[in-house]
Amino acid sequence: MTDADLIIIGAGPAGMAAAISASEAGAKVILLDEQQSAGGQIYRNVGSNHDGRSFLGEEYFEGLKLVEALSRSNVKCEFGTTVWRIEDDLRVVWSRDGVSNISSARHVLLATGAQERPAPFPGWELPGVMTAGAAQILMKSSRLLAKDAVLAGSGPLLYLVAVQLIKAGTPPIAIVETQTMKNAFKASRYLPRAMLASKMLAKGMELLRYIRKSGVSRYTSAKDFQAVQNDDGQLTFSFRTRKRVHQLVTPLVLSHQGVVSSTHISRSLGLAHEWNLSQQAFLPIVDKWGRTKNSRIHIAGDGAGIGGARAAIASGRIAVLDMLFQLGKLSDDQRNQSSTADRALLRQSLAIRPFLDALYYPPKEILAPSGETLVCRCEEIGASTIRQTLNQSGLGPRQIKSSTRSGMGPCQGRMCELPIQGILSSCGKKHLLPKVRTPIKPISLGELASLAERPSTKS
Amino acid sequence: MKRDSRFKERQEGVETVQMTLDGDIMTAQIGDSVAAAILAYSANPSRHTAMGSPRAAYCMMGVCFDCLVEVDGRPNVQGCMTLVREGMVLRRQNGLRPISGVQADD
Repeated sequence: MTDADLIIIGAGPAGMAAAISASEAGAKVILLDEQQSAGGQIYRNVGSNHDGRSFLGEEYFEGLKLVEALSRSNVKCEFGTTVWRIEDDLRVVWSRDGVSNISSARHVLLATGAQERPAPFPGWELPGVMTAGAAQILMKSSRLLAKDAVLAGSGPLLYLVAVQLIKAGTPPIAIVETQTMKNAFKASRYLPRAMLASKMLAKGMELLRYIRKSGVSRYTSAKDFQAVQNDDGQLTFSFRTRKRVHQLVTPLVLSHQGVVSSTHISRSLGLAHEWNLSQQAFLPIVDKWGRTKNSRIHIAGDGAGIGGARAAIASGRIAVLDMLFQLGKLSDDQRNQSSTADRALLRQSLAIRPFLDALYYPPKEILAPSGETLVCRCEEIGASTIRQTLNQSGLGPRQIKSSTRSGMGPCQGRMCELPIQGILSSCGKKHLLPKVRTPIKPISLGELASLAERPSTKS
Repeated sequence: MKRDSRFKERQEGVETVQMTLDGDIMTAQIGDSVAAAILAYSANPSRHTAMGSPRAAYCMMGVCFDCLVEVDGRPNVQGCMTLVREGMVLRRQNGLRPISGVQADD
């Protein structure tokens, strides 16, 4: 006997939508999430933000519907839990408050979403440099508003955070964007397809119009980012546009270069992944139901490739249909027919991605840093050290890791893996999937030992 | 020297808790993560690395581990993943971590 029919990891849009529909179909569902409440990063804290924080925007509050439907459902939610291992027989090992537990299921859905792409530049490790997503999390969960910030990088989230800050009465002093005319030219060929998602395009245009009207300075084609700490703790942020060098003094540089799929769990399971050129990241290989080569493990939402919240909701429900089919609760035909509406939603939501991926393609200096720019923040390894090691040994990510310690710190490669891939590729090397071993998040030896003292769960 | 926060001072009217950071009294709002509370309190670094570089929370979502802090005697806690509680005792981690109570630089 297992503890559930389905264990879902991640309570963002994909995980919530999947949990609700699986439970409506009569499946016993356990939903695990690291946060203290449902919503994921995009709808973070939406269930408790009824205090007129309207500056967060309509799209944010759309998440309420899912959060409320989830709380009415029979889904067993376990919040504040970190999954650190999944075994082949689908036993999921998770930790909460320093104690580990094991839950077993017939199926597992990974809905672990995305993280912001690591965006190294000289000084990105200094206090005062944060991600734009971090600033948004602080607005959503702590009412903290960045004052006189500089938003730097590219991508839709940069504009959204700018508008949220302007509406909240703390406009950024500048938006420094890395995208160039060349990006816009490359993206233009995907524009006709993006028209299928005309509502999303219109929302983007509205954000840009709002920023223009607000009078916040915008710089484009910016490069050579650098942050330096001043004696008073403020930062001097410098960058170059065409032939001019600019310097801005600010307490906060909020950096962003898009988001990338979180693949630590799927990689730790030994599932197949491939390098995706337009997203510049490794993605797990799944079929049109989100099914991996292990038919009892599905992946939905941004964790299987960046698509945004709407696509995540659709893919979560589609994965559940396939699971219900495997459990014998739906016939082949029923599964296929029930998926039509969500397939249409998925197709429509994904139509804008090639356009966005091309328009906000990260600059080379961020993808493949050089010089003294820190690559591994945990072990404090600079780009030049990585490049030297690569020149000497000429090998892949494993050798770089063992000879420099990059990736051996507590973040377990979450910050340095992609920049190292970028450096490898800029040196003409092939992308090689970095291995992930459990525990995929650090736990104490004591916690590990205490697991052995308990009898293992029924199998 | 304590520097003012990089964030705008928050409105009152939300229930608060009192904690200490390196022995100094620090007030936070209910629902704050430890990392958010430290950011709201001061612009100072929340830790120093083994090589002595200053750091503060970076990603706020459990990815980067730059917000590590000692909470009630337990080292290496992710500040962004831990909610504040009344009476919490926080300590910044500066430099190499000690092992079994032995300071690494002894």
